[in-house]
Formats: sequence, structure tokens, C-alpha cells
Amino acid sequence: MITNPTGRITQGQFSFLPDLTDAEITLQVEYGLNKGYAWSVEYTDDPHPRNTYWEMFGMPMFDLKDAAGVLMELNACRKTFPNQYIRLMAFDATRNTESIVMSFIVNRPKTEPGFGLVRQETNGRTIRYTIHSYGTDKPEGERY
Amino acid sequence: MSNDGIITDAKKRYSAGVLKYRQMGYWDADYVPKDTDTICLFRITPQDGVDPVEAAAAVAGESSTATWTVVWTDRLTACDSYRAKAFKVEPVPGIPGQYFAWVAYDIILFEEGSIANITASLIGNVFSFKPLKAARLEDIRVPVALLKTFKGPPTGLIVERERLDKFGRPLLGATTKPKLGLSGRNYGRVIYEGLKGGLDFMKDDENINSQPFMHWRDRFLYVMDGVNKASAATGEVKGSYLNVTGATMEDIYERAEFAKELGSVVIMLDLVIGWSAIQSMANWARKNDMIVHMHRAGHGTYTRQKNHGVSFRVIAKWLRMAGVDHLHTGTAVGKLEGDPMTVQGYYNVCRDSYTKQDLQRGIYFDQDWADLKKVMPVASGGIHAGQMHQLLDLFGDDVILQFGGGTIGHPAGVQAGAVANRVALEAMVKARNEGVDIKTEGPEVLRKAAQWCTPLKQALDLWGEISFNYASTDSSDYAVTPSVS
Repeated sequence: MITNPTGRITQGQFSFLPDLTDAEITLQVEYGLNKGYAWSVEYTDDPHPRNTYWEMFGMPMFDLKDAAGVLMELNACRKTFPNQYIRLMAFDATRNTESIVMSFIVNRPKTEPGFGLVRQETNGRTIRYTIHSYGTDKPEGERY
Repeated sequence: MSNDGIITDAKKRYSAGVLKYRQMGYWDADYVPKDTDTICLFRITPQDGVDPVEAAAAVAGESSTATWTVVWTDRLTACDSYRAKAFKVEPVPGIPGQYFAWVAYDIILFEEGSIANITASLIGNVFSFKPLKAARLEDIRVPVALLKTFKGPPTGLIVERERLDKFGRPLLGATTKPKLGLSGRNYGRVIYEGLKGGLDFMKDDENINSQPFMHWRDRFLYVMDGVNKASAATGEVKGSYLNVTGATMEDIYERAEFAKELGSVVIMLDLVIGWSAIQSMANWARKNDMIVHMHRAGHGTYTRQKNHGVSFRVIAKWLRMAGVDHLHTGTAVGKLEGDPMTVQGYYNVCRDSYTKQDLQRGIYFDQDWADLKKVMPVASGGIHAGQMHQLLDLFGDDVILQFGGGTIGHPAGVQAGAVANRVALEAMVKARNEGVDIKTEGPEVLRKAAQWCTPLKQALDLWGEISFNYASTDSSDYAVTPSVS
């Protein structure tokens, strides 16, 4: 069980708000498209804070200008991986940015087991910390 | 006036004695600055009876090669290159007795990659010069050729976001309070609660180093336990600015090494450690994958008064060159000094790829940043969740909003304070992206979110009406029709 005030993993832009409806997600996607960003759908069953590379559900949609297309991809991903974490990410190719500029979670597993903190006592009072995803104790694809 | 002009006859020019600065070649109304020149805009207040052009020439002279009398040894050098040239003087609009003076400096005057060297010239002896009652360095244009000798921020705001995995919203922080007196163990409690509640960063205060109540190693150990525990509880990367400021460079390195060993993503420095120490630590941070948080402790002693000192926009430019990743740049709406437009000007010089002249924001020059990494500005000091719409509207996404009292002073505790701020922030970003005019409808967005978020409701009930509306001492002076080129 996750004990932070939201009871869930709080990565992304909107984890402290009630889950966004598809209509609300569409508005965010349109905001990004109007700024020239390219949207991408990514999913994972290992949401470790340092797990940078979630799986890509297809390539970033560079030439897509219609939010409905992004929602279609998202819903296809939800159908394929209903019990995994899915996030939408927007890429900005502007010189001196060239990075992700929006990112929010749009699908979660039914239960979120969260993480444990493993402490290894070392020299003096120093402790080495490992953040352990409970979910990853099982093999990929069988986690939730 | 003709006898005050530049003396071109070498024999006369270098005969022993005292000349006016303008006669010595420090004033040239026809001078066209080169692309490789550094250009400074000074605000000067000449002593009564001192001609403003002579005063401007004196500034150029005293900040470059001049001494008070003619020296024959000038003739051993290509001395014209070394003379800074004042090329324009204008009265400051609306303030009698003050003048803007534009001065250009050849690129040979400065050592590559050294802020210490640049500042020793530009704000060295000249600021104590008797013929001026007061002087202020208002703005600076750094040529690309010189800029490229600086490495800039060790991490930069783009890479910082990638490391933290946080995009599309301002970051949230809080300064641990009370500033002084907490033991390491008590201190770590505040870190854990704030981060678990939803903040991205916690922060040491600028005057927390290693006092009798808390040795620095104790603080680092307990803080990192709080950081890691909060990271596990949320699934987010979390950090706490460990202030490594110390009495000596050796102390600073020792503290930074320990912060790294414990896995901290960020260290903190106070501006008072000085330019060379800052540049040393920027090098260290580049080698050790570390974000550098710069607290501008002390800047108010020379940035606040309009007539004398150095504008903070200049300090911000120098710090971006010297290499810091975070910089406190004011809040405009909080408890500390700052006219909103002027403060926005500071933010822009931290984050722009190319800064355009913008007189209302106190930006007098175009500045090509030549791909130098961007600094994340930090808004800290007397701000609270009820101002979220103003803060987001003024500063956009690339900023760290630091709510110290506004988190820790929450009636339901530190976690609740953090929740209030995070919910207010996310609700406001979402509304803005949806096309809501947050400037006018922001309070309504907050009220709606408070309907389902009790901590936010408590915060708004307690602080919703608090504002700090005092006249600012440092606003931009500009003419409505600028003649500035």
C-alpha cells in the first residue's frame, strides 16, 4: 500500500488531481499540439523513479495534428495493457529545449503496490539506499 | 568644448600632467561598438559641477586602463585597444542629476572564462571614484566571443528536468524552518514530511552551515534518509538542497563530496562564497553529475538601491556564465523586494536563448546566449498557495516555487501544507492548459479545487488574503519612446 496523501504514485503533472477524463486529456493534448509538440504514449509495469525508459506504444506522433488521433492511440494502449501504467509525453524539438515538456499518467494498475526502501548500513553512520519496486518481484507481464 | 576633446597629437597627449578623461580618449561619441565588445550601461550620479560626459569618460577610464595622471608607459602598449570608450550619455528619465552612460570594452581586456577578472574591472575601483556620488551597473551585453569561454550551468534546466523526470509544471520546494536550532534528526523530519506530501525539493537555509546545534554531516545523513524514504513513498525523484557553504574551499569540497556519496541530486551554495569559489564548484558539479542551487545571500547590499551598486540582472547574467543551475530571482508577489516587470527581466536572462531589449523589464541590450545552458529561477520568500495563479502567470513553467512558511506553517502539518501547494499548482497548470484565463479566474480555480482538497481549503482560509504590497525601490527607469540603441 502506498501511504502518501494521494495513495498512489505521484509522477507526472497531474497525479494530485482526480483522474482526467478523456475530454480533459483531449484539452491537454490540444494545448501541446498548438505549441507544436509531438505526443507519445508509453507504458510500463515498473514505475521505479529511475526507470527512465518506459515502453513506447509506437513512435512519437510527429505528424499528427488532431487530438482525436492521440486519444485513439492511448485507448488502443489501454486496451492492450489495461493493468499497467500509461503516460502521455510531449516532445518539443525547439533548439535549446529538445526534450520532454509535458508528461502525465493516464492509466494505472488496479492496485499500486509501490516501493520499499532497502537500507544497507555501511561506514560510520552512512546508509546506502535502494528503492525497490514491489511489482518487479514477479516477471515482466505478470506483475499486477 | 573644443579644448575638452580628445587630444590626438601624441606628444601633447603623453606629456606629464593631469588631463581630462575625455581628452585621454575615454569618450568617443562616434564610436560604434564591435560585435566582440562588452557593453555596459552605467547609471551615474556625478558630483555637483562635474560634467556628465566627463563623468562617463572617467567611468570608462577607471574601469579600464586609466590612472589619475598621464603615464608615458602607455606608449609601450597598443593603448587605444585597452581604453574603454564611453560613447553615449543620456539623462535618466524623471530623475534629475542621474545619467545613463554606455561604455564599450574591447575583448582583449578580459581573461577567458573568469567572472572574477570581469568584475574586478567593471565594478572595481570605479565604484569608489570620488567625482561620482554614486554609480550603478544597470546592464551588460556580453559578446558571444567572450560568452563562449564560459561553460555555464553544470546541468541546466532542461537536463535537470530529465534527471528529475518532472515536466510541464513549475517545481515545488520549501525551505526548512525554523532556520536555526533544529537538530539533525528534527530537521530530517521536516524534509520527509514535505517531500512525502508532494514537494519536489526541500532546502537548507542560507545560514545553515555547521553550527553548534547541528553538525553538517548529521544534517546530510538525516536529510538523505528523509529524501529516500519520501522517494519510495511517492515513486518520484526527490531532492534537498544540501548547503555545502563553508569557511574554506577545502570545507566546501569535503561537504560536497559527502553529499555526492550519499546520493543527493543537488547541492547548495551561498553567493557570498565569491565568484572564483562558484566557478570551482561549477567544475566540481560537472564532474559529479550534480545540480547546483545558488542562494543569492547578500545581493541586497548592492542590488537594491537604484542609484548605486549592481543591478541583479547583471548578477544573474554573471551567475549563468559562472555556472549555477538554480538561482533565487525574486517573487514579485512575496515578502522580498521586487517590481513584477523588473523581476520578470531577471527570469528572462536566466532562461532565454536570446534576450531581446525590453526596457520595461529593465533589459537594455539584446543578448545572444549562444546556446549556453539555462538556469532554473527560484521564487522564494513569503509566497503561498493562494497566489498560485499570479505566480504561474508571471513566471510560467520553468521556475521553482518555494513555499517555506506556506508549507511548514500549515495548520494541519507539513504534509498537508505540501498537499495544498501541489494541488493548487496542478489545478492551475491544468486550467491554464485548458484555456482558462488564470489571471482573472485563478481564485475560482483554487476555490473549486479546495472543495475536494481540505488542506488547500485550510491554506486559503489562513493565507488567502495575505499580500505584500509595498512600493518597490528598484523599478526600471525608461523613456516611453526609447532612444536607446
